[in-house]
Amino acid sequence: MLDVIWLIPAFPLAGFLLILLFGRRLGEPRSGYLAATMVLLSFVVSVGAYFDLLSMSEEERSHVESLFSWVPVDSLQIDMAFLADPLSITMCLFVTGIGFLIHLFAIGYMHGDPKFSKFFLYLNLFVLSMTLLVLGENLLVTFLGWEGVGTCSYLLISFWHTKDANASAGKKAFVTNRIGDWGFMLAMFLGFQAIGSVSYLNLNLAAESGAIGQSTATGISMLLFVGAVGKSAQLPLYVWLPDAMAGPTPVSALIHAATMVTAGVFLMTRMNPMLAAAAPEVSVLIAWVGAITALFAATIAVAQTDIKKVLAYSTVSQLGYMFLAVGSGAFVAAIFHMVTHAFFKALMFLGSGSVIHGMHHEQDMRKMGALRKVMPVTAATFIIGWLAIAGVPPFAGFWSKDEILLFTLAERGPVLYAIGLVTAVLTAFYMTRQVIMVFFGDARWGSHANEAEAAHLEHADDETDGAEADAVDDAHPVETHGAHGEFKPHESPPIMLFPLVVLAGLAMVGGIIQLPSFGFIPSDWRHKLEDWLHPIVAPGEAEITGSSAYDAKELLAVLAIACALVGIAAAVAIYAKKMAKPVEPEILADGWGYDRAISAFMGGPGRKAFDAIAWFDKTIVDGAVNGAATTISKSAGVIRRGQTGNVRNYAGILGAGVVLLLVWFVIGRGVL
Amino acid sequence: MSAAMLGAVTPTTTYYLILSALLFGIGAAGLMIRRNPLIMFMCIELMLNAVNLSFVALAVRFGNIDGQTAVFFVMVVAAAEVVVGLGLIISLLKRRPGANADDLAELRG
Repeated sequence: MLDVIWLIPAFPLAGFLLILLFGRRLGEPRSGYLAATMVLLSFVVSVGAYFDLLSMSEEERSHVESLFSWVPVDSLQIDMAFLADPLSITMCLFVTGIGFLIHLFAIGYMHGDPKFSKFFLYLNLFVLSMTLLVLGENLLVTFLGWEGVGTCSYLLISFWHTKDANASAGKKAFVTNRIGDWGFMLAMFLGFQAIGSVSYLNLNLAAESGAIGQSTATGISMLLFVGAVGKSAQLPLYVWLPDAMAGPTPVSALIHAATMVTAGVFLMTRMNPMLAAAAPEVSVLIAWVGAITALFAATIAVAQTDIKKVLAYSTVSQLGYMFLAVGSGAFVAAIFHMVTHAFFKALMFLGSGSVIHGMHHEQDMRKMGALRKVMPVTAATFIIGWLAIAGVPPFAGFWSKDEILLFTLAERGPVLYAIGLVTAVLTAFYMTRQVIMVFFGDARWGSHANEAEAAHLEHADDETDGAEADAVDDAHPVETHGAHGEFKPHESPPIMLFPLVVLAGLAMVGGIIQLPSFGFIPSDWRHKLEDWLHPIVAPGEAEITGSSAYDAKELLAVLAIACALVGIAAAVAIYAKKMAKPVEPEILADGWGYDRAISAFMGGPGRKAFDAIAWFDKTIVDGAVNGAATTISKSAGVIRRGQTGNVRNYAGILGAGVVLLLVWFVIGRGVL
Repeated sequence: MSAAMLGAVTPTTTYYLILSALLFGIGAAGLMIRRNPLIMFMCIELMLNAVNLSFVALAVRFGNIDGQTAVFFVMVVAAAEVVVGLGLIISLLKRRPGANADDLAELRG
């Protein structure tokens, strides 16, 4: 299967082209099934490649499949080549696997949307870009995918672009990502300047052997980190991700759980020898940025009322954990958390999509409650996701988060560890709050019987996808709409529930890929992921087995469990038992005013600066260009008067010229 | 009857060159003065032939075939010019009465 590794991006490409050509004719739901099948085929190839690699010895597990010479310019030789090694295949497995489930879910979720085919067109293009990103053998192929996911996220976030908020959210994502791309590009140039190649293998080899000096390695690592901060929504560039919730929910699940935002962590892991060769301060900085982002986003998530915004800030926070791991030299733990996070966050995003679908596009959690009775499957799977992210063993999230915290304490000391623990408490708290607000307590959706609100809701439905509401009515003739005076949420169709159930299963048992070395776990069950990724992450991976933190790892795990339980208990006390009025400070709901501060800055001084630059461009730059053009045009106007069209006139000028030449030859040059 | 019997001087190269310059001058003056395109055309021929004369004279003077070779090229170009030029002039004369080159200034800038 390794020889046909190019099939992994080729299938979504085929799907993209087919839907591009025949999308209208295929219509709903066939274009959806086509797109999903293509991603499934990619997944099958990935699984085949996985088993191929597994059958090789550890040192051989790196296969480069070169398709053609892409950029052959003198010393710059860049191939369109794919690299199949444990890291890229791990990424491919969960990108295409979860991508397939999300495609299935979307078939149900987008049912009735007038732009159904176009949605799957974009989704396949997205998967194509993401597979290019992870499979690229060099920075340029990765950059192609990197820009591709950026473009697709723009297209998908603003998919319902007739709404102002959606359109501007797409733009925000696009523009913010450009800042990160700047770092990525400079890193690429710097790498090429240093060793004349942008291939990962060459760059990493050069970093390991010392062919790249520490200062260059530091520069490359820092610039790559800038790129990663943009793509993976870390401080200060996280602003695009919460806004991106404006897109359809399957998009949120795909972009914000399984694919695009993980690209930054993937890139840092891919280049870990470079990070190891860089100044140690770079890793410390990455750890701090990650930890502060994790805490910062978690505090904001505590006070959000939009069901998807909570999950969005939670994603930012969990990505912060991954960067904390990267900065602590725990690359295996970063990838481990990325995989488990993809499982449970995709599950919860799709679960929230199911809730939104069942609630007829209501996203405000204050208008939900007691949904477990009407949506039992969604509720059960969501609760599994909640336990996983909150860090309750034996669910997947506990193992990965515990591993990150262990490395943080061993490598970066107690301060960052404490930030990680506080974040864990907050994570458990806000997720419990969400589960209680949505699935438990009193049913607050009855208020939709209110005539005015119902009319408003009906209107909102028409705006997004009115056809869907009609189709839903067809499927469930008993249920009626708010406008008819009665509002009843309903469970989603099986095609949406199936992915939820599969993901819930993965969120439950996903931890087995990297179990820690606790006494009660059989020794051949431990550290599977670490053994698998070992040759790739070995140069940058921190060694902590001799540290005091490692010796106390059971105690630390108990501490982490205690933190999770404290968070859950606090939320239950406040929200379920109503012992206290909800404590949700305005500043948290507002995201610490960060977004508004940026808007104010960009609208005020920023705007003035841009106006000044625009003025400079218009008067000085354009003025110089236009001035040169005007001068030439005017002198041409003078000269053109000599062109009379009179032959004898021309002959006279010619004759005069001959005479002048003669005079010059005779007098000036002394001929004759 | 030889040139010496008539009491005339033997023509040297200088005589040919002076004749050539005179013919060229007449041609150039005619081109600038006359308005009839056909006459102007003949003036051009005159100038070309003046040049040919100087080529041949100098070729004989230096015992070098290059000048005569150049004359052949000039004659070929002149023939081609006549074919195209005469065609143009005749179609122009068909279109408009009179034959005045000064009236033909439609392609001016």
